[in-house]
Amino acid sequence: MRIPGEDFMTKQVLVIEDEPNIAEAISFILSREGWKVSIHSSGTTAVQAVHDVSPDVLILDVMLPGKSGYDILQDLRSSDATRALPVLMLTARGQKTDRELAQRLGVNRFMTKPFSNTEMLSNLRELVGG
Amino acid sequence: MLTFNTLVVVCFLYVVLLFLVAFGADKRARRSKVRFLSTPMIYTLSLSVYCTAWTFYGAVGYAARSGLEFVTIYLGPTLVMIGWWWFLRKLVRVGRSQRVTSIADLVSSRYGKSNLLGVLVTLIAVVGTTPYIALQLQSVTLSFAVFARDRSAGWAVPDLEQTAIWVAGGLALFTILFGTRNLDVNERHHGVVTAIAVEAVVKLVALLAVGIFVVWGIGGGPQGIAAAMDQVIQDAPEGAWAMQGGRWVGLTFLSAAAFLTLPRMFQVLVVENVNERQLAMASWAFPLYLFLMSLFVIPIAVVGLSLMPAGENPDLFVLTLPLYFEQDGLAMLSFLGGFSSATSMVIVASIALSTMVSNHIIMPIWLSTRLSGAAEYGDARQILLAARRLSIGAILALGYFYYRLSGGGAALAAIGLISFAGVAQVLPAMAGGLFWRGASRSGAVAGLVTGFAIWAYTLFLPSFGEAGVMSASVLANGPWGIEALRPQALFGVDGLDPVVHALFWSLILNCVVFVFISLMSFPSPLERLQAAQFVNVLDHTSSARGRSFNAATSEDLLVMAQQIMGAEQAQAWFQSQAEQQGKQGYLPDTTPDFIARLERELSGLVGTATAHAMIAQILGGATVSVDDLLAVADETQQMLEQTSLMEAKQEELATTARQLSDVNEKLTQLSIQKDAFLSQISHELRTPMTSIRAFSEILRDGGADDPEAAARHASIIHDESVRLTRLLDDLLDLSVLENGQVQLYPKREAVRTVLDRALAATSSVIDQEKVHIHRNRSDEGIALYTDTDRLAQVFINLISNAAKYCDAKGKRLAIRVRERGGELQVDFVDNGSGVPLESQSMIFEKFSRLSDQAAAGGAGLGLAICREIMDKLGGSITYLPGQSGGAFRVTLPVRARLHQTDNPHAQINHL
Repeated sequence: MRIPGEDFMTKQVLVIEDEPNIAEAISFILSREGWKVSIHSSGTTAVQAVHDVSPDVLILDVMLPGKSGYDILQDLRSSDATRALPVLMLTARGQKTDRELAQRLGVNRFMTKPFSNTEMLSNLRELVGG
Repeated sequence: MLTFNTLVVVCFLYVVLLFLVAFGADKRARRSKVRFLSTPMIYTLSLSVYCTAWTFYGAVGYAARSGLEFVTIYLGPTLVMIGWWWFLRKLVRVGRSQRVTSIADLVSSRYGKSNLLGVLVTLIAVVGTTPYIALQLQSVTLSFAVFARDRSAGWAVPDLEQTAIWVAGGLALFTILFGTRNLDVNERHHGVVTAIAVEAVVKLVALLAVGIFVVWGIGGGPQGIAAAMDQVIQDAPEGAWAMQGGRWVGLTFLSAAAFLTLPRMFQVLVVENVNERQLAMASWAFPLYLFLMSLFVIPIAVVGLSLMPAGENPDLFVLTLPLYFEQDGLAMLSFLGGFSSATSMVIVASIALSTMVSNHIIMPIWLSTRLSGAAEYGDARQILLAARRLSIGAILALGYFYYRLSGGGAALAAIGLISFAGVAQVLPAMAGGLFWRGASRSGAVAGLVTGFAIWAYTLFLPSFGEAGVMSASVLANGPWGIEALRPQALFGVDGLDPVVHALFWSLILNCVVFVFISLMSFPSPLERLQAAQFVNVLDHTSSARGRSFNAATSEDLLVMAQQIMGAEQAQAWFQSQAEQQGKQGYLPDTTPDFIARLERELSGLVGTATAHAMIAQILGGATVSVDDLLAVADETQQMLEQTSLMEAKQEELATTARQLSDVNEKLTQLSIQKDAFLSQISHELRTPMTSIRAFSEILRDGGADDPEAAARHASIIHDESVRLTRLLDDLLDLSVLENGQVQLYPKREAVRTVLDRALAATSSVIDQEKVHIHRNRSDEGIALYTDTDRLAQVFINLISNAAKYCDAKGKRLAIRVRERGGELQVDFVDNGSGVPLESQSMIFEKFSRLSDQAAAGGAGLGLAICREIMDKLGGSITYLPGQSGGAFRVTLPVRARLHQTDNPHAQINHL
């Protein structure tokens, strides 16, 4: 559903994903919808990247080299600047325990891989548009 | 001029010399330099304990009174030694094979390890020997007195009673020191035996010296002696020098019997015997010794009677003749000879008796006070040693008190033969035990009791004289006036010499009762077994003793043995036994053979009956399984067997439970591993699927406007599908390899060909990554017989890994082939930075991909698969640390044994 709204044009999304093909797909989907997309592939420097980019919404993978998505989320929630940052978590490990852990840590949306493109877009819109 | 003090000092020095001899011999024996000590000569000389002071001094007195009759005392042992092949050899063989410690032990062991018999024989021995010990004390004291009397002018008259105390105390000390220094396994006392041998030489030399002096010094040579003898015979009372046939036969037999049954003789003959070779030499050398000992007896007696003042005690001619003729040196030598005779007898007798008393009386009593604890023996060694020492002290004290009470003098003179007759009562039980399988415990007990009682009634008690235990009227008319029961004329047999009379009746009745009761009674299985071992000892020495030992652990036995043999010795012995069974460590299996040997080993220390009882305690009261042999169903036995069966079952259950818990833990571990693996697979599968789905949805929704981007999206979908397929292939491959269901197709091929194929298959990645391959083709001619396609798969994996992961600028891969000890080694070494040390241990695990680059294309299963393949081929793949870069080594036996269950191809090809 393509809604040509001016607001979205300015929205910034940061994608933390180490699989280049997946990152490319997300980037393509969101760019086409008018999002401004940044890609970061390392877990170790992810929190720094969040502070540098200060996105409106964050897409976070779980299995990352160096530092896991859970640890990154925990760090973000303990910092004032990023406590309220909407986070959509993406993981190939879609077990119940993983989802529960993410929710305890304060995730806003949780999606398992493979995901539906439209579902991801609607989730993101909800997170930033309210 | 001899003074009393000189005499005492010489005595003291002589004893010190004996100490040194004994000490040195003990030391040599401990250093196992026993060759000298175990010579037949030493053995022969040690047998001379037979010649006590009673023979040294008394033989001359005997000859002075009764002429040649004294020869009977030497004749008996001579006959025994000459006929050694028949009797002594068997006795010694039994003693050695059964580790017999004393004559009481021998009899006890033969009759089913009966301690009753052990006690009985011990009592007879103590009663028979105590007066004999008193006799030795008396002779030493008398010889001191002789010096005192002859030189009373210069002497302070010594207190003779005190002399006796000193002698007894000194002998006790010496015996304790060397008789119980250590608990020797064989109960052999090298030190003591060597000292005894020295004393044997001293007494022989002394007697010969006196003899030579008497014949050629004062007697006027052989002619003078012969003339003097005629005179003496003329002067002698009517018939004194006449030979009485009955007495000769009786006394010869008596001395022969005593030679075999006297505790001290048994000690030197059997217990101290080291090998049978000694016996062969002793068989002629000991009679020779006795002959030399008796050679000058008659001349000394004759010269003494004709030259010495009337009323002089002929028992002391050996000493008084040199003194009378003022030969101080000779007198001193003679004194030392007598002293030697007395001391050697007392030492050996008290060792023998103390062994018997401690093994058959003290230890069983001590043992019965602690029946409960199976292995609780505390310091049994110490108790045993203390018991021995106590017994030695007690026996010498007994001898001393007997000497004091009897008042010395005439009563003691006859004691020698009385003692002989007492201990001879053991002969029927002993001889019967050696030669007659039917001899039974009940028979032996009854015979011994009968013989001993008759001996006491007819000889021992009357020997105290009319004022002694028996009144004159009993002696003259019999008890209650019954003539037939007159002690010295039993059943109306009158006119016999008292000794012969007593010997006749006691031994005849002893034998009759022994045989009769033996025939009447039914021996126990253990008795039968021991009977067979004793009677057939010369036929075979192997042990056939059986026993139930299920409940016994050899550890318990070791604990007990340590307390008796001493820790070190027990451990060494157990270790050697375990080694004989082919086992490591200190705990042999408790086979019947082992139990029997342990029992024999312990028998050497505590006696047969006690050792048997101790082991029986450990074995939980198990009875002898000869019962089984005899097909006697024994309820106790069955119950014991059931108990041990149930214990075994219980043990089995515990083992099963342990095994189950182990398996359970392993399963839990496996389950955790499986979950982790599934989670990994899920991740590995979902990742490419995510890309595929995302891009296919993009395409479905119209795709990218830019055709180049659209084409790129399509190619991503393609690549990810390929990746997915490869992952699935790898998983299937690994699964097949891991389950061992893989089919191998071995063929003969050179390593070079295999490498060529692998390089051809990887040519695209090699070209793409611009890798330089270094090979030395001349090394690669080694022929292999294996599944070369699988081997090529491993090579391909390693080559493409190197191509993909090598991080050097100009990538190089060296492939080196060599053969080492029948093994093919192929090394793949690149010039990259290699695998970090901390990761080297896990690179062969599943999904352990180090790089996170999906672009590398692998699923992280490659090396895991390689490892499985090499395992199946009978080789291995390892990471080779310490090379310039990443390095892997593939090893394969040139003649590989392939790990597979079923491969018809392989077999056909192999054939």
